[in-house]
Amino acid sequence: MSHIDVVSRSAGKLTVTPPLPHRRAVRLKRMTPYLLILPAVVLELLVHIVPSVAGVFTSLFDLNQFYLRQWFDAPFVGVSNYSVALNFSSSVGDALVHSFLVTILYAVVVVVFSWFLGFSGALILQQAFKGRGILRTIFLIPYAMPIYAGVIVWDFMLQRDNGLINHVLVNDLHILGQPAFWLLGNDAFISTAVVAIWRMWPFAFLMSMAAMQSIPEEVYEAAALDGAGPWRRTYHVTMGLLRPVTAVLLLMMFLWTFNDFNTPFVLFGTAPPPSVDLISMHIYTNSFVNWNFGLGAAMSVLMLVFLMIVTGLWFLWDRRGHRNGW
Amino acid sequence: MKLSKLAAAGAMAALAGASLIGCSSSSGSGSGSSLAGTTITYWATNQGASLQADKTILTPELNKFTKETGIKVNLQVLPWSTDDTKILAATVSGKGPDVLNFGNTDAWTFGATGALLPWTSSQLSQIGGSGKFIPNVLAAAGQAPYTSLPLYSQAYGLFYNKAMFSKAGLTPPTTWQELVSDAKKLTDASAQTYGMAIQGASVSENMHFAYIFARQNGGSPFNAQNQPTFTTAGNVNGLQQYINLMSSGLINPSDAQDSTGTLQMSQFAHGKAGMMMIQNDAIPALASLGMSTSQYGVVPIPAPSPLPAGGQDLASFVAGTNIAIFKNTPHLDAAIKFVNFMTSAAEQQVLDQKYQLLPVLSGASQGFISDPAIAQAFTSILNTKAQPLPLKANVEAYQQTVGSQLVTLIGKAATGSSVSTSAIQAAMQSAQAQMPAT
Repeated sequence: MSHIDVVSRSAGKLTVTPPLPHRRAVRLKRMTPYLLILPAVVLELLVHIVPSVAGVFTSLFDLNQFYLRQWFDAPFVGVSNYSVALNFSSSVGDALVHSFLVTILYAVVVVVFSWFLGFSGALILQQAFKGRGILRTIFLIPYAMPIYAGVIVWDFMLQRDNGLINHVLVNDLHILGQPAFWLLGNDAFISTAVVAIWRMWPFAFLMSMAAMQSIPEEVYEAAALDGAGPWRRTYHVTMGLLRPVTAVLLLMMFLWTFNDFNTPFVLFGTAPPPSVDLISMHIYTNSFVNWNFGLGAAMSVLMLVFLMIVTGLWFLWDRRGHRNGW
Repeated sequence: MKLSKLAAAGAMAALAGASLIGCSSSSGSGSGSSLAGTTITYWATNQGASLQADKTILTPELNKFTKETGIKVNLQVLPWSTDDTKILAATVSGKGPDVLNFGNTDAWTFGATGALLPWTSSQLSQIGGSGKFIPNVLAAAGQAPYTSLPLYSQAYGLFYNKAMFSKAGLTPPTTWQELVSDAKKLTDASAQTYGMAIQGASVSENMHFAYIFARQNGGSPFNAQNQPTFTTAGNVNGLQQYINLMSSGLINPSDAQDSTGTLQMSQFAHGKAGMMMIQNDAIPALASLGMSTSQYGVVPIPAPSPLPAGGQDLASFVAGTNIAIFKNTPHLDAAIKFVNFMTSAAEQQVLDQKYQLLPVLSGASQGFISDPAIAQAFTSILNTKAQPLPLKANVEAYQQTVGSQLVTLIGKAATGSSVSTSAIQAAMQSAQAQMPAT
């Protein structure tokens, strides 16, 4: 009864033409959300979209030091920068493929280990015990630390003669007979990955911890009653309910690690060993050091396309997961 | 409705854009009729022990200039790591300093961008003409019209530890063969003592040696048509000569990871390396490590004897720093006055003394470096055994591609892999392929 009342009252109200200021208020109300997101849209355009589009344009021109000042006069070369970058039988294309493969390996290693450490850390800290707060804080330090400061400390530790790591491995633990070159050859890949994991895992820890806190205790109790042991509870309940968060987390970490520039740059400057020739450094060297901006931009666009494909595939996989009720 | 919203959003975006553009173009108002009261911006690359040290050294000098001319100077000291990128950004945007300095090996690359003022002869006459500079040093700035002029000068020398040499009964080497045999006698790996110390992971140092040793072996990085010729026998043999020092265990393998010179200089200063090849700006750094100029000597880096076919007895390239005026400066007269001040005989004497650098002015009195013998050695290297790097616009790319390949090769030699001539050839082939087309 009362429901009908409300409807008829509101219907009655609609038939009355509202006074002008009121109509303006309604229009303003409708526009409010758009006005609110407008600054974000403008900034997004300026910070992300415009530079990306500029990058695509740059990749179509032979932009080098001769045209930097009048970059609009740079000769249009169409897809020639792309054909140079993608000619895998040439040295440039070959180097790009090598860099690409190294970067994929690097991203996979860093993401898998970071996620494993972060997830395990969050799981351990789910149990209440004395000093848990302090541990949580300590775990977050690498993430909170300025990147440069953190990586430069690693750089000192990885030195061959007087670095802490060789000292511990050779002099204290006698694991190695000879001091190792942690910043040369294939060891450099391990070192860089370790530094990146050290920086990345607290993020995985933070996200997993936040998600775990939203899992109700009753679910665990119900699982325990059904006879699930700790492993099955972890696998089916925690990991199962964390799946959406984990999926986003893995994607984000992959994208960040794939684009990682700071770690190799601080460790090696502009000449990383071939084993750590990560793609962002590779592009940087081609653009800013060799002054070959068109080619650098073409490589950037290729990287962007690859990351878009990865993200697209991820979305497909995630949607299918939702449909199948994973 | 939708359209009007879009239009409103577009208008807002345009407004935001316009206000940003407005911000950036408001700077740099024109200079008045009198120069007094004008403020110019000076970007100075890091020459001293730290950015702060540079400010401490330069500020009283700039105050002197302000007192003389009434022109104020806004000083910004740039670390080498961001110097290129900052100048690049200034070039693209057209918004930069009024006066700047940079490594002279970049002079041609920066000059080619058109961002720097080409000096006319009447402008040059306002600072005393180009004839005031040492010809060899001026040559590193290219040919007229110059887009940058010499400010500070440097050269490579072979530093040797006097005590270690006399203990081993050695005299400073005059040929490469002697250098190698001296290094062998000084090396005692069990005591972590080696004949030579290098900055094996430094792209720029390695590229400098690639050039010097290539020239000693009759190689040259570019041909007359400006094409890179990194793979020719002279270039490859030059690299082999250098890498062999590491392969034969005459250098501490840890040096392959040193990109800053910290390890190199500490090894030399603490008697762990008998020799090092480095520029004269190492002198203040050695002093800070407790090694005085009386403890070491400097001779030219020797060449193989007899010289390989086409080889030259080169011991250094003409290293140093050039000063330039940004073409877009609204304060041209003030900028010229400032360059005149910085390259004046009186000011050069003060700056060279403070930075322990070599003179760029012809006939400037020697002795800027506190030890006369070392000063004499460097001056003679610069005047007789140094040549500018190739004056090509893509010299910057040459530095990076060849330098970083050499870093990798040195790393291989340090970790025990043998570095064959064909491996060097392949590395140079790869460096060459990465060179931008000219």
